Amino acid sequence: MNRAALDALLAHWRRHPLQLLTLVVGLALATGLWTGVQAINAQARLSYARAAATLGQDALPRLEGPLTLADFATARRAGWPVTPVIEGRVPGTHLRLLGIDPFTAPPSAATPDLSPEDALTGFLTGDLVFVAPDVTLPEGWPEARIAPDLAPGLVIADIAAAQAILGTQEVSRLMVLPGVRPDLRPLTDLFPDTRLVQPTGSSDIARLTDSFHLNLTAFGLLAFAVGLFIVHAAIGLAFEQRRPLFRTLRALGLPARRLTFLLAVELAAFTLISGTLGILLGYLVAALLLPGVAATLSGLYGAGVADTLSLSPVWWLSGFAMAGIGLAVAGGQSLWQLVRLPVLAPAMPRAWARARAATLMRQGIGGGGLLIVAGALALFGNGLVIGFVCLGALLLGAALLLPPMLSGVLAVGASRARGAVAQWLWADARQQVPGLSLALMALLLALAANVGVSTMVGSFRATFTGWLDQRLASELYLYANDAEEAAEMQAYVIDKVDAVLPVASAETVLEGATGDVFGQVDHPTFRDNWPLLDAVPGVWDRLATGEGALINEQLARRTGLWAGAEVDLGRAGRQQVLGVYSDYGNPLGQAILTDTLFRQTFPEAVTTTFGLRLDPADVPALARDLTERFDLPPRRIEDQAGIKAFSLNVFEQTFAVTASLNVLTLGVAAFALWASLTTLGAMRVPQVAPVWALGMTRSRIALADLGRALLLAAFTAVLAIPTGIALAWVLLAVVNVQAFGWRLPLLPDPAGWLTLAIWSMVAAGLAAALPAWRLWRMAPADLVKVFAHER
Amino acid sequence: MNVRALIAALWLALPLHAQGFAGLGQAADGFALPTPNPTFDFPADLGAHDDYRIEWWYLTASVQDADGQQYGVQWTLFRSALTPTGPQVWMGHFGLTTPDAHYTGERFARGDVGQAGVTPAPFEAWIDDWSMAGDDLDALTLRASNGEVGYALDLTAQGPLVFHGDGGFSVKSASGQASYYYSQPFYDVTGTLDLPDGPVSVTGKGWLDREWSSQPLEADQEGWDWFSLYLDDGARLMAFSLRGGEGFHYASYIAADGTMSPYYGDALIAEPLETATVAGRNVPVRWRLALPDRDIDLTVDAVNPDSWQATLFPYWEGPVTATGTHTATGYLEMTGYE
Repeated sequence: MNRAALDALLAHWRRHPLQLLTLVVGLALATGLWTGVQAINAQARLSYARAAATLGQDALPRLEGPLTLADFATARRAGWPVTPVIEGRVPGTHLRLLGIDPFTAPPSAATPDLSPEDALTGFLTGDLVFVAPDVTLPEGWPEARIAPDLAPGLVIADIAAAQAILGTQEVSRLMVLPGVRPDLRPLTDLFPDTRLVQPTGSSDIARLTDSFHLNLTAFGLLAFAVGLFIVHAAIGLAFEQRRPLFRTLRALGLPARRLTFLLAVELAAFTLISGTLGILLGYLVAALLLPGVAATLSGLYGAGVADTLSLSPVWWLSGFAMAGIGLAVAGGQSLWQLVRLPVLAPAMPRAWARARAATLMRQGIGGGGLLIVAGALALFGNGLVIGFVCLGALLLGAALLLPPMLSGVLAVGASRARGAVAQWLWADARQQVPGLSLALMALLLALAANVGVSTMVGSFRATFTGWLDQRLASELYLYANDAEEAAEMQAYVIDKVDAVLPVASAETVLEGATGDVFGQVDHPTFRDNWPLLDAVPGVWDRLATGEGALINEQLARRTGLWAGAEVDLGRAGRQQVLGVYSDYGNPLGQAILTDTLFRQTFPEAVTTTFGLRLDPADVPALARDLTERFDLPPRRIEDQAGIKAFSLNVFEQTFAVTASLNVLTLGVAAFALWASLTTLGAMRVPQVAPVWALGMTRSRIALADLGRALLLAAFTAVLAIPTGIALAWVLLAVVNVQAFGWRLPLLPDPAGWLTLAIWSMVAAGLAAALPAWRLWRMAPADLVKVFAHER
Repeated sequence: MNVRALIAALWLALPLHAQGFAGLGQAADGFALPTPNPTFDFPADLGAHDDYRIEWWYLTASVQDADGQQYGVQWTLFRSALTPTGPQVWMGHFGLTTPDAHYTGERFARGDVGQAGVTPAPFEAWIDDWSMAGDDLDALTLRASNGEVGYALDLTAQGPLVFHGDGGFSVKSASGQASYYYSQPFYDVTGTLDLPDGPVSVTGKGWLDREWSSQPLEADQEGWDWFSLYLDDGARLMAFSLRGGEGFHYASYIAADGTMSPYYGDALIAEPLETATVAGRNVPVRWRLALPDRDIDLTVDAVNPDSWQATLFPYWEGPVTATGTHTATGYLEMTGYE
């Protein structure tokens, strides 16, 4: 009996292969995009965790502040089991340098093996460092041995060697190892300017990149939601169409419980098939996007991420779980109705869910309420998660408002229509709104996300390139290997150019977080070209006399310190904020001091970078001359254009992944629309047949269908554009500030929006084309049958 | 950090058997070498000699509580130069032995930051919070803890420094490998042991060894057995026997007034009488130690046969008692047992 019933149930899918395809592909797409994003996030987090666990740094309390190796010895002599760590970026690269003391560092699988002969001596004398397999060090570096277990992008050196490389006498922190005796004098008493930080379980890099991953996750969820619209539509339709079958099976004696069980088995089978497909798709998506993500993370945050996937069984299981959850959400309602279905209930052709004023009212109230919530959160909320909740409320609110607004507009259209055909067209469109509303909502979400993200990226790009043009004022940039070469270079070029602008920097603690301090000479280049977001009067003169510092927008926003306030610049002490400058593409705090003050504070900082001002026409000649004279590889002499290209490249990579996901989401939405129109087309035959019988030709009806789809898509696009602009505003003014620390102006892009609207029409047209064509080619006999069938 | 692998590189670059215990048989290229007829310069020679490959400050004490219970205390600081011009690396060993337990501790330090070191005047040798300090060697305080147990002892010298071998030039093999070696064997010790069951007040005798060299062993010498004994007549006896190769025996008989007489070769008899299985190895824990020229013939017994120092280079080190022609307490060190 089971077999017979199951055969009967499955026969439906054999008769409706397109519906089957919709269901499987929809679920696979939803699962695939979600699991793909999760795979990327998991891979990145794995890399961070390995980096953080290199010395058990994620699990140990640490003492931070101005500390030296002498302080380390003092702490050890006081009985404290501590080990020093220095952390920084390898100059001129995105590589992370970790200096350790091999004698006191805790055992850790990721730390290098110093047992080969001479390894320890070389390590202690700075002639040997250990690097992750993906690392290539610049020329002139000591011997690098590959340590396979090191986290990507990591270089490990002895602490004294690392201090020499980073040009500092300080260490970043002392890690407190297990085995602290209770009678010890507190570390913060021994070193009054320090603070003890308890482990939080997440590394700095993980915190820094949280926003990026939240971003990806949000996109993954959006794609998942859009995919579920498709699945919901397909399952709902299949259940509706099989109602007569269910009734027949029940009448033949199949218990309701058994029938429900069989349908649940069917759903489980779909979960397995679609889940598998989705996971494969997710793997593909992740593998394609991961190199871009890795490049972004390294370019933006200096975070090393392996660009090959290594997936855990949990990830595979979570893929199936998401597919299962998706089907349960999409099919649960239908199953529930089935359980309560009376045996002899008439098989009413419900033609999907009928539009009811009450439903529309509820959607309208819910949507409006969500928009109000979104507005309140945008204005008064704080924090990255709130920013994303605001985004979610905005999108969902707009989606919920779509059906009542569409219905209203169509009602107005119907009331103004003249003639029977026109009135029928409007009424028919209105009648279809409930059936299409889910697909249209999906289209709205995808379009709004597209408008929002492309507006954000466009605003960012315009602001960023303008800012680069201003900031990169020097015509040529020179990088010396050491102080000696720097002096030679400076002496050589001084008569050949209008000005030599040295760039010196040092890493220190700015208001409690690692950041860079730059020394800047007083020169019209800066006075003329540096855009300041906020400044005290006479800012450049006061900077030149050493009265204070300029800080970047990130530091200003994080600390809430703007022009006129006092800021703690670590070794540079407390300084008045003279101005705030924008500093895109840099997640860390930064400050600028006048050159003389900088040199007093950081006497050990070596200036190896110079900007040269000269007539742009002379640049190629001078570049050739310098290249030959100092035997410079290309990366050590760069002209303005080269640096701009590099910076823009980092920027483009940052948003490449977002853009890819955007396109995928829009594709999924178009598919949803197509699936809905196709199934609806099949169901509408009984409504179309009387119109045909009254004398309207199939071609006119088909054209009317096509036109209606375009109208609905156009209306959705019109609603999506303001939603997208609101979305872009939230991204620029709320999420970006929280995630990156900078706020950008919103630059409208009407041409882009129009293009997108046209594309959505094209998508809708394509989606409607097949159902319309089918209608056109439908055999008159099929239409006549409608009247013969007793439905 | 894989400290074991790390320090193995440091002390033991080549296989043990080929190069003697703990790499002490390595060639001394570029390092200073001990020469005969040394003249010592104090207090400078209390401090470190960075141009020699290896050096140690080695204190052992054999103490008793009010009930006559025997305990042993060890405090050692090693210095090793990786090349003749550095870097310097330091290692500390902690030992505390009771009749039924043995506690070990080990510390490592880089040489250039002050985490470990030695200053000659006022004298202090330290690594982390383990220290041995005083104005000079006549009165020292000694502190260390391994986190579980610890000790704080005061040591007062009751006799002069003693220079072993030929005026402090101590030969270690037939082909002439040697070290500079002097001792203060006359310490009276009082202080407290912090044991798991609470503090225990103790008194007893202590012995400080100072030794430095660049290649103290023949490459084929596997290890040694070293004795320091406080005889009941006030004399002291230091004896060692190097195993492997041709073998090498030496003893310093130190009269109660500090006069030292050296004995080489067969003059010293050191015979294992009984072994115990310690850390999977057969280690002699009962010895016959005899110096017939001085009418000394003793049976030496470990207070605790399990006095195993499970450090990077593991060895046996613990307090002993002796009976026979004399009664005595003292310390025994045995290295190179596989």
